[in-house]
Amino acid sequence: MPRREGIYGLLAEFNTPSELVYATEQARAAGYRRMECYTPYPVEEAAEALHFHKNRVPLICLLGGLMGVTTSFLMETWVSVWAYPLNIAGRPLFSWPAFIIPAYEWTILFAGLSAGFGMIALNGLPQLYHPLFNAPNFRNGATTDKFFLCLEATDPQFSSSGTRAFLEKFHAVSVVEVDH
Amino acid sequence: MATKVPINDPMIDPRTGEYAVIAPGHNFKSVTQKIAGLVLTSNTPLGWFFGLMVAGAVATLVVISVTWLFLKGVGIWGITMPGAWGFAIINFVWWIGIGHAGTLISAILLLFKQTWRNSINRFAEAMTIFAVVCAGMFPLLHVGRPWLGYWLFPYPNTMNLWPQFRSPLAWDVFAVSTYATISVVFWYIGMVPDFGTLRDRATLPLARYFYGMLSLGWRGSTRHWIRYETASLLLAGLSTPLVLSVHTVISFDFAVAALAGWHTTIFPPYFVAGAVYSGFAMVLTLAIPIRKFYHMEDLVTLRHLDNMAKVMLATGSIVAYGYGMEVFMSWYSASHWEFFMMWNRMFGPMWWGYWMLILTNIAIPLTTLWSRKLRVNVGYLFVLSFIVNIGMWFERFVIVVTSLYREYLPSSWGTYRATKWDYLLFIGTWGLFTMLFLLFVRFLPIIPMSEVRMMLPQTKITRRGPDAETVIEETT
Repeated sequence: MPRREGIYGLLAEFNTPSELVYATEQARAAGYRRMECYTPYPVEEAAEALHFHKNRVPLICLLGGLMGVTTSFLMETWVSVWAYPLNIAGRPLFSWPAFIIPAYEWTILFAGLSAGFGMIALNGLPQLYHPLFNAPNFRNGATTDKFFLCLEATDPQFSSSGTRAFLEKFHAVSVVEVDH
Repeated sequence: MATKVPINDPMIDPRTGEYAVIAPGHNFKSVTQKIAGLVLTSNTPLGWFFGLMVAGAVATLVVISVTWLFLKGVGIWGITMPGAWGFAIINFVWWIGIGHAGTLISAILLLFKQTWRNSINRFAEAMTIFAVVCAGMFPLLHVGRPWLGYWLFPYPNTMNLWPQFRSPLAWDVFAVSTYATISVVFWYIGMVPDFGTLRDRATLPLARYFYGMLSLGWRGSTRHWIRYETASLLLAGLSTPLVLSVHTVISFDFAVAALAGWHTTIFPPYFVAGAVYSGFAMVLTLAIPIRKFYHMEDLVTLRHLDNMAKVMLATGSIVAYGYGMEVFMSWYSASHWEFFMMWNRMFGPMWWGYWMLILTNIAIPLTTLWSRKLRVNVGYLFVLSFIVNIGMWFERFVIVVTSLYREYLPSSWGTYRATKWDYLLFIGTWGLFTMLFLLFVRFLPIIPMSEVRMMLPQTKITRRGPDAETVIEETT
């Protein structure tokens, strides 16, 4: 990974979610794409303003569930029919109705673990260091009561002074430069 | 509502006449400070230390009685033929049933968009996990050689042995282990954003490091939040059929056996309802002292207690229907054995168990919970929650013992008498449960801060028109 230096982006702090959503919509309209909102609780309107729709957690969960049901049903069949056949009260070796129950449980187990860990992996977590933690006001607010919009320096639209002037239009509490 | 409520009570919403879910006057910062303050405070209340000491002392009973059990074997318990299940299975079903309310609150009420659950779901989930810890111990000890417990899992081994997948006891292993795993994952993922808050608010370097690691570097990014919300919803959607299946599978342990009193189709729904009933009772047992002790009356309000009491009323009625159906079927089935089983339950040598069950599970709660006045009476609910849990324990006692000790052949009839080791281990698990819960209350956020923030009126989004001044639409 190349060494990252210089500015990560400009971070604007807002007091209310409405101001954040408005600023994000305007930034999007002004052509900014590499940007992100940081909020103390999920704000769906902010995701809409970012046009973020590609969420692959459900797909991963579905695949996990399908894997769980196949794994456990095939395992039970193989164990009961070939690996260790037992005559239980004269029932057929392939007594599939009984196999449904462990298969059902493992569907949920695999699907749930895939959803949970899939979400963590898609989010790129654990990531204990992030440039934003360098911003003096970020940690005080982003997980408590403040709403942040970060326009990142990698965006082609980004220019240190122009972007700052743009963000200041929205009556942000503060606009700070974040270093890597 | 006919009940008179104080007109100027600030906790009552003037539009609906209901108690508010969250007290007025709170904002993002105040709820965060209040909840995070419990964990990050440097002066732990003395009462907490006292409680931990007592609970820890009781929990040592587990260590003592398990050590003695390992030395002597399950013969120290009161289990004999024909009553081979005894306390171990009664306590297992009782504890795991208690856990079910946690999953119900965190999963089913989330799917139904019952936002009032947000302030109680975290400790209800914690209760689930600690109850499963206590529950899981019993069947493992009951197998006699717990150090070989891993034989229950399907894994390739040099003995070429595999589990028998047609047995409800093997299903149990899958159901309970899945339940424990998914509950822990759901609980942990729910806490990740709150760990982020604690990391950012902690002043001690050690605390910052500890919560920082646990938070995985959470920074509240919107893209993260959207995936996070999806994952929570999916986990809730998966936990709902899971929680219903777990107690269903446990009821199969009984219902699949061809024994009078066990072999009935009503068992799965009636077990699940009973589990939720006892679980909500346990949530009340825990919530009432916590809200009092930590002054959380503004976040865990009378509305929560009232709603939980209503859920208990509903599930208790299902349980009552189950008891009624059992009695009816023992007559209507025209089966001699079923009839004798019910007669023996009601008037046999262990008649007191059955009537205790009817008194504590049906007669007391289901007559009084209809009154709103009693449903918001904190002291009454606290006492009632104990009564219901005693009742639910007796339900499992009646099912396990009275069906087993007089089965088909009178020549094999016996009786069941628990020994002091049965009692000591059971009491020990209460200590273990309380101890784990006290540690949770001290070191982890007991109320999900991010979810409580979502219930505040400040989350309202005001959309603006193109001139940036006119309000065109409001959403919450």
